[in-house]
Amino acid sequence: MNNVVPLSYYLGISGLLFALGILGVLIRRNPLIIFMSIELMLNGANLAFLAFASAFHVLTGQIFVFFVMTVAAAEVAVGLALIVVIFRTKHNIDVDVLNSLKG
Amino acid sequence: MNLSLLLFFVLAFVAVLSAIGLLVSRSAIYAALFLVLNFAAVAVYYLVLGAPFIAMAQVTVYAGAIMVLFLFVIMLLGAERLPPGQALPWQRPLAIGLAVVLLAEAGLLLVQRLKITAVLLNPAPEVNSSASLVALGKALFQMYLLPFEVTSVLLLVAMIGVIVLAKREKGELGS
Repeated sequence: MNNVVPLSYYLGISGLLFALGILGVLIRRNPLIIFMSIELMLNGANLAFLAFASAFHVLTGQIFVFFVMTVAAAEVAVGLALIVVIFRTKHNIDVDVLNSLKG
Repeated sequence: MNLSLLLFFVLAFVAVLSAIGLLVSRSAIYAALFLVLNFAAVAVYYLVLGAPFIAMAQVTVYAGAIMVLFLFVIMLLGAERLPPGQALPWQRPLAIGLAVVLLAEAGLLLVQRLKITAVLLNPAPEVNSSASLVALGKALFQMYLLPFEVTSVLLLVAMIGVIVLAKREKGELGS
């Protein structure tokens, strides 16, 4: 049944999710929402991996998605910790205000 | 129209709409909830694509753990002030009605074994259920054993880094 929905459709939706993620990173100023947009982009990439894995009948795509998920989990933990620390020192997390590296 | 194609387009609609909702929502909490909806829709895609393990990992790791972390930080920062809740007058009856419809639907699917369950439960035969899980495990622990172990180091480093970052210095006052 996987041949019923062509691979290009999955790639289209994956690219759309990725583009929306990029848009979110560019237009939002709340770092939490920027982070969520990054997750959205990773999701789009994962969908492309799995679509290819299903189309070519290989497992490598699934393995890669597995690793992407692990890296995403680590990245989110570190990023959110950074946001918390920034909020603690600056009492503001608008990325337009954060223009210096000094605490 | 074909049933799989219909499922594809419904999921595409939900995924794209929730992504747009994530972009335009004022409040970070609503954005997080939209993202959960998006993850759920993509998880169903994974299921259809014959990757049940990844779909479950998506639900538990992404929609579960990572989003709980997000919501926790949003609450912790306290920068989000939700507008005072204005419950719609017809909200509660509508919710009850929809829940009953969902229950009836699930019961019908269980009893009748409609074609949609065949779509979800029987993906391409070569990546089917337990055989695909066995193959995935073998690939992960034989061919990709080294990357797997490196991943554990990555997680350890991330954990130590987060603890160091979040720890307050001895003399530092609480915020």
